[in-house]
Amino acid sequence: MDENIIVSLKDIVVDFDGQKVLDGLSLDIHDKEFVTFLGPSGCGKTTTLRVIAGFVTPKSGNVFFDGKDIADLPPYKRPVNTVFQKYALFPHLNVFENVAFGLRLKKLPEEEIRPKVLEMLEIVGLKGFERRSIHQLSGGQQQRVAIARSLVNQPRVLLLDEPLGALDLKLRKEMQLELKRLQREMNITFVYVTHDQEEALTMSDTVVVMSGGNIQQIGSPQDIYNEPRNAFVARFIGDSNIVDGVMIKDFLVNFGGHDFTCVDRGFKPNEPVQVVIRPEDVQIVPPSVGMLTGLVREVIFKGVHFEMHVDVEGYEWLIHSTQASQPGELIGMNIGPDEIHIMARTEV
Amino acid sequence: MLKSKTSRWLAGPYLVWMAAFIVVPLFIVIWYALTNTDGQFTLENLTQIGRYSSVFARSLILAAVSTVICLILAFPAGYFLSRLRANKQHIMLMLVMLPMWMNFLLRTYAWMTLLEKNGLINKFLGLFGIGPFNMINTSGAVVLGMVYNYLPFMILPIYTAMTKIDDSIIEAAQDLGCNIWQILWRVLVPLTGPGIATGITQVFVPSVSTFIISRMLGGGSNLLIGDLIELQFLGNSYNLNLGSAMSLVLMVIVLLCMSFTSSFDESEMEGVV
Amino acid sequence: MNKKQSIILQRTYIILIFCFMYLPIAVMIAFSFNESKSRSNFTGFTLDWYKSLFHNEMILSALGLSLVLALVSSVLATVLGTLATIGINSMSRRTQLIVNNISYVPVVNPEIITGVSLMLLFVLAQNFGLGGEGGLFGWPTLIIAHITFNVPYVIFNVGPKLRQLDPSLYNAALDLGCTPRQAFFKVILPQLSPAILSAFLICLTYSIDDFMISYFNSGTMQTLPIAIYSMTRKKVSPEINALSAVMFCVILAIILISNAADSRAYRKNQTAIRKAMQEEGDR
Repeated sequence: MDENIIVSLKDIVVDFDGQKVLDGLSLDIHDKEFVTFLGPSGCGKTTTLRVIAGFVTPKSGNVFFDGKDIADLPPYKRPVNTVFQKYALFPHLNVFENVAFGLRLKKLPEEEIRPKVLEMLEIVGLKGFERRSIHQLSGGQQQRVAIARSLVNQPRVLLLDEPLGALDLKLRKEMQLELKRLQREMNITFVYVTHDQEEALTMSDTVVVMSGGNIQQIGSPQDIYNEPRNAFVARFIGDSNIVDGVMIKDFLVNFGGHDFTCVDRGFKPNEPVQVVIRPEDVQIVPPSVGMLTGLVREVIFKGVHFEMHVDVEGYEWLIHSTQASQPGELIGMNIGPDEIHIMARTEV
Repeated sequence: MLKSKTSRWLAGPYLVWMAAFIVVPLFIVIWYALTNTDGQFTLENLTQIGRYSSVFARSLILAAVSTVICLILAFPAGYFLSRLRANKQHIMLMLVMLPMWMNFLLRTYAWMTLLEKNGLINKFLGLFGIGPFNMINTSGAVVLGMVYNYLPFMILPIYTAMTKIDDSIIEAAQDLGCNIWQILWRVLVPLTGPGIATGITQVFVPSVSTFIISRMLGGGSNLLIGDLIELQFLGNSYNLNLGSAMSLVLMVIVLLCMSFTSSFDESEMEGVV
Repeated sequence: MNKKQSIILQRTYIILIFCFMYLPIAVMIAFSFNESKSRSNFTGFTLDWYKSLFHNEMILSALGLSLVLALVSSVLATVLGTLATIGINSMSRRTQLIVNNISYVPVVNPEIITGVSLMLLFVLAQNFGLGGEGGLFGWPTLIIAHITFNVPYVIFNVGPKLRQLDPSLYNAALDLGCTPRQAFFKVILPQLSPAILSAFLICLTYSIDDFMISYFNSGTMQTLPIAIYSMTRKKVSPEINALSAVMFCVILAIILISNAADSRAYRKNQTAIRKAMQEEGDR
């Protein structure tokens, strides 16, 4: 077994009242990585996290921690800690006591607890807040207390269940960078759950895209964005155009009535495929020199770029461009070999 | 959370208690109602109640009248209170609840002294050359006692329902052409339906089953169901079987009243959602 | 009708309602200082009725009995009810519904029915020889009766609070190393304690105030409301006026104090929240 793997899930099946939430999920998480489970609500990402934390007992399958099976270990004996969605701070305790909670349970002497708690509060930027009551904190501050409360126990793995969901946009961006910094500083594994693809791409070393209780794709943010393995991933991660095509031979694909050079190979000759093209990867050229031509239906100004809906042989394409065309205009479209991503055809 | 099988056992002592002191006693009432002193099954107790039909009728009528008066008094009060500024509302609410905390025997006693033939009210009226009236020991006095004692139980639920009605809803109704009566019937009453239903139960049930108010303010001539039952259990006409039969009938009356108000409650809810 | 008139009308109506509610009490308090026994002529000021009230053996012993009864039955009802709430919460939805509906019976049933049904149970038990020579009626029946009508109020006060509790609080405690038992005592119980305390206070007041159910199950013992009842049966006794005045003042004081404490805590909290928002804005 790989030395570097800290948490390993094998064929996990979870069902709630007969409904399968996780359907034979297997996954390895490497040590000291920032891993994100990304997917729409109901895809099983939070359940996976709760399986690792021990709040959900899988119907079958194994959970390994450091190579040891911990499926029977109750949550309070697992070397992981969780930051909950709505923080779950104890309202009857002040900031200091919330952070000290886990240490007190370990019966550490008071003179060890105090410096540890204060140090942790300083790391999360809450120096001087230790005597505040929880009700007297803003959302962002509560978030920091929740993180400090978990990290002070020096878990090998920190589990975070959509911890930024309750914050406003500006604060969320701030906290994203802060979490990334904390992960590097503490040098431990973070397992992060979110439905926000931008958040996942910003923070993670590895992104696990999930849907329907299964993993759709695992990879670095770049891989996931540039080489989506199927239409679900392509659609979920950013906007994309997905059109049917035929792989004529290696490095040559036909779609939209035109043959394109591409960088993919390994398909059967004339195999039907799906082609993914990101809206920003389409170049607009005069119709006479375009590989494809399309009729502009709608143009929407989006600040940084224009969003255009273009009709190409019955498919509606989405194009992001810094220059605007007029609705009703005929345009030419060019696509470079590197921007064409080929996927096996799947039913979605 | 906490949904373990072991924590289920914590309810054990209460379940035993509930069975022994809530469920079993009710069955004993039914059993007594359907047997005679020798423990033989009989319907005689129930048929005997027919002799007291006038008492039952009086109870129902007086309780219904009191409930209606409470509703008429409480509805505007609940609305007006709910339109006050928040800090004022708080104080006013305290004032509504304060008399509820006084023992109701003392509250009823207060009216006893006020309504007497040479009591304060007659004396006051006498200043204008009116009266004296014979007020105590009448069914009017009994109704007054019921209204006085149970009015807060009608005001509070109506007030609570009213606080959920935003001013803008009333303004919207006015904007759409409602006059005051239309606002009342088309907006306020439907929206406070559940509160009204709660209030009606909370006033009617204690009114129909009281024996204190009738005894203190109604004299001997205004017997209610409560008095009859009390007489069978602790009074001169000691007869547990007949008393149980009367209790059974009272329970049925209360159940009917509650199913009536709760159906009203639900249908109103449907209208709201 | 213009706005101003309507406001005057509203105010007048509220004042009239309050007059109706408070005039009888005010008259009683006024006449508690009346020298003569007359209930309509104020002949002169005296504190004699208060003196004789505080020397009235019957009232004092009834008060003592009511306080002990209330305390004992409320403590037991609170413990029984809190345990029951937690147990009920972990039952299936169906069972919960059944148990809750049965618990509602003493709340919605006319008090007189609860009173006589318990009395019948105790009469039967007595016929089977329980309670020995002296019979069953007295302390045991009173305590059982009071617990019985109080437990539902505990369940309906603590239950909603327990259901409102963020389930992740319990999980967070486990996550940080609590055993389930520790999680209950260190996290769940402190969260429930305000609801449990208020349930206890409700039990106390209901217990002290109860007449109907005690009346049928007290045997020869006299709780305070029963003593008051027997006093009202006598023709004239201005001591009752004095007692009403004392009770009114006690209740008023309790309400004012608890209210002041509430609003102080509320204001303090509001200031703190504003401060926190400010800091976040500064950062």
